Amino acid sequence: MAQFRTCPDTGLYFHKSAESLIKANAVAAAVALLVAGLLGLLVVLTRWQAVHLLPADQFYMALTAHGIDALIFWIIFFEMAVLYVASSVLLRCRLATPAWGWVQFLLMLVGAVMTNVAIFQGSSSVMMTSYVPMQAAPHFYLGLILFAVGALIGCFIFFGTLVVAKQEKSYEGSIPLVTFGAVTAAIIAVFTIASGAIILIPTFLWSIGYIAHIDAEMYRVVWWGMGHSSQQINVAAHVAIWYLIAGLVFGARPMSEKVSRGAYLLYILFLQLACAHHILVDPGISAEWKVFNTSYAMYLAVLASMIHGLTVPGSIEVAQRGKGFNNGLFEWLRKAPWENPVFSSMFISLVTFGFLGGITGVVMGTEQINLIIHNTIYVPAHFHATVVTGTTMAFMAVTYFLIPVLFRRQMILPGLAKLQPYIFGGGMTILVLFMLGAGTLGVSRRHWDMDFTGAALGFDYPGMAYTLMGIGAFGGVIGVIGGGIFLLITVGSLVFGKKLEPSAGLLQSFGFPLAASCYTDKRPETLPRAAPLPAGHHTSSFEAPGTFVLALVLLVTFVVYYFINWKYLASVWQLS
Amino acid sequence: MTSFMPPADRIWWKVPVGREEIVWILIALTWCLIMFFMMPYWHIYGKQNLSNEAYQTTPAKFGAKVQEGIDQYKTGEEAGVPIIHPPAGSDVYMLGRLWQWWPILELEKDKTYRLHLSSMDWQHGFSVQPININMQVVPGYEMVLTVTPDQSGEYGVVCNEYCGIGHHTMVGKIYVKE
Ligand code: HEM
Ligand SMILES: [Cu+2]
Ligand SMILES: [Cu+2]
Repeated sequence: MAQFRTCPDTGLYFHKSAESLIKANAVAAAVALLVAGLLGLLVVLTRWQAVHLLPADQFYMALTAHGIDALIFWIIFFEMAVLYVASSVLLRCRLATPAWGWVQFLLMLVGAVMTNVAIFQGSSSVMMTSYVPMQAAPHFYLGLILFAVGALIGCFIFFGTLVVAKQEKSYEGSIPLVTFGAVTAAIIAVFTIASGAIILIPTFLWSIGYIAHIDAEMYRVVWWGMGHSSQQINVAAHVAIWYLIAGLVFGARPMSEKVSRGAYLLYILFLQLACAHHILVDPGISAEWKVFNTSYAMYLAVLASMIHGLTVPGSIEVAQRGKGFNNGLFEWLRKAPWENPVFSSMFISLVTFGFLGGITGVVMGTEQINLIIHNTIYVPAHFHATVVTGTTMAFMAVTYFLIPVLFRRQMILPGLAKLQPYIFGGGMTILVLFMLGAGTLGVSRRHWDMDFTGAALGFDYPGMAYTLMGIGAFGGVIGVIGGGIFLLITVGSLVFGKKLEPSAGLLQSFGFPLAASCYTDKRPETLPRAAPLPAGHHTSSFEAPGTFVLALVLLVTFVVYYFINWKYLASVWQLS
Repeated sequence: MTSFMPPADRIWWKVPVGREEIVWILIALTWCLIMFFMMPYWHIYGKQNLSNEAYQTTPAKFGAKVQEGIDQYKTGEEAGVPIIHPPAGSDVYMLGRLWQWWPILELEKDKTYRLHLSSMDWQHGFSVQPININMQVVPGYEMVLTVTPDQSGEYGVVCNEYCGIGHHTMVGKIYVKE
């Protein structure tokens, strides 16, 4: 019998099995983030040439583990939790096949541990991309495969739950926008995992000797079919969280369901292209295909992101204006709850993802411009703006929301929590900006020594490159402190936070259900449609003029920066 | 409270769209199309484009070509690495291997060369500094770049694809003479 509890504070319904799975996946994600963050500290302190902490072998080992634990294990464990929330919790529906949920969790856990063991045994310092013919230990690949199978099961449970919700009529009308975003993420995830299987299974067989040869270029094309689209899962998921938080904090409604869902549809149709971003300067790939693929057809997925970039803050503006914050262009924004980490973390995520991550991504994904950027430290700088200040901060935001609601604990250290998004976001933004600069000066990524110690022939980077790497690394250290504070507050709350009614003991914080009496067999009430739009909605004037101005600022920044890079390209040697 | 509730209107796709969204979509779409057409435009009018020219090869075949170039055009040595001065307009071969770029090139300013690149073992990154030109070098593939260095000076070739423990020692040289 399906059992539910109602959150006394928010009115959300939690199905018992889904609740436990959300907790388990979120806690596993936090552990991965902890490991990844510590490794990030070691990595960044090594890239800071004045500190140069680790020896070369340990640096490459730490960097391999940092990339995998952060980008794959932290993010995807958390995304599993997001899928359960977006299906079972938001739709007030029992989880389809809870037992398979535990298979999902255990497979991912075993896979994550296995790959980490392989890396820390020392023979798999191949970076997360594991480009052939460089070879890792077989259990490095096997761990990733098990993890991916687990994630695939998670996606199917999600789809199954949607079907159950539809059949049992747990909601009226169409699924909510946030769930629609999660559907987008899950569809892209299935495609991603298929590409991953196509490349990782043969590579695993190659590592144990069943396959003699894997073509290095073919590997790159297919691997990035997974590697690139997996980043689009993150985009779809964190945009869904932006909408969710706009709704939770402000009671915002989408400006237009049609536009926001249409934008998600563009993601489904076009985001999975763009594996070419990573192979723009590779041999044997034709220019026509590169131009088509790298631009997601005609930048239609970029268009989608630009639309969300307007509609998410726009919906907040409309909601705020409705509450009377109507003065000037920006009173709605000034009067936003900047001391609430749920909002501030989400808003920093939105702004940095657009201004830093988005713009740099499109610029370096331009076919020709890529040749002045490929494999420089500009690349990690870009994706720390997308997956760290973008995705990670969105996930942090929703975690702050979930601690009282899901885990039934009051958050500890609320004063520190107010500052945490600014410390983390600020530090990482410094890292991003200065490493973008260092990349422009040619500093390479995945590189232990800017001094080339022991090289027969040398090269001297300009002093400025050292300065930029140093300041960037300093920002990284602040970022690690900010990340540490996040974990201190969240994990600390689960252990030491004041218990809320109905309360959770220690074990309950880590996945066990609450006391049996909290749950009833009664079906949740059907999720009703949102309240109708006020009359005269969407008639003549602009509803969100402040947001529109901000969007224009983004556009101007984008255009200027884009053409600066063409100009820079025009200054290098002629190539044809 | 609606982003996580079903749309208010049952037929939500018929609700008219607000004006700023329409304007923004049109602006953004225009910008997307401009960015898209910049790429073909640059193929026609720009001077920095990658050719589609590439061949499948083997380390043995490619290594022999590199050796041929060294035998013909060697002018000296630096730190044990041969320096070659190939004639303008010719085919120039350079290989990457753990952990060397081989040989050192001496080119003339404003002359055009057909530079062939490949790897003998793992993947490497051909990163010419400080001019900051970066190419992926993949074993089994020979990439041909038609290059016209138009600034003289001494350039480092840093390997910027991780290639094992000696990755940071993999530096080559290109000299561009007046
Ligand atoms: C918390 C603070 C963090 C710091 C200080 C940090 C620092 C760095 C630095 C300096 C690099 C580049 C090293 C190089 O290429 O030589 C790097 C690589 C990377 N980071 Fe982070 N990072 C942090 C958090 C994260 C998070 C949260 C994620 C993912 C969500 C992430 C994902 C990655 C990935 C995927 C790479 C690339 C690894 C590779 O090249 O294979 N990082 N990090
Ligand atoms: Cu190399
Ligand atoms: Cu290398």
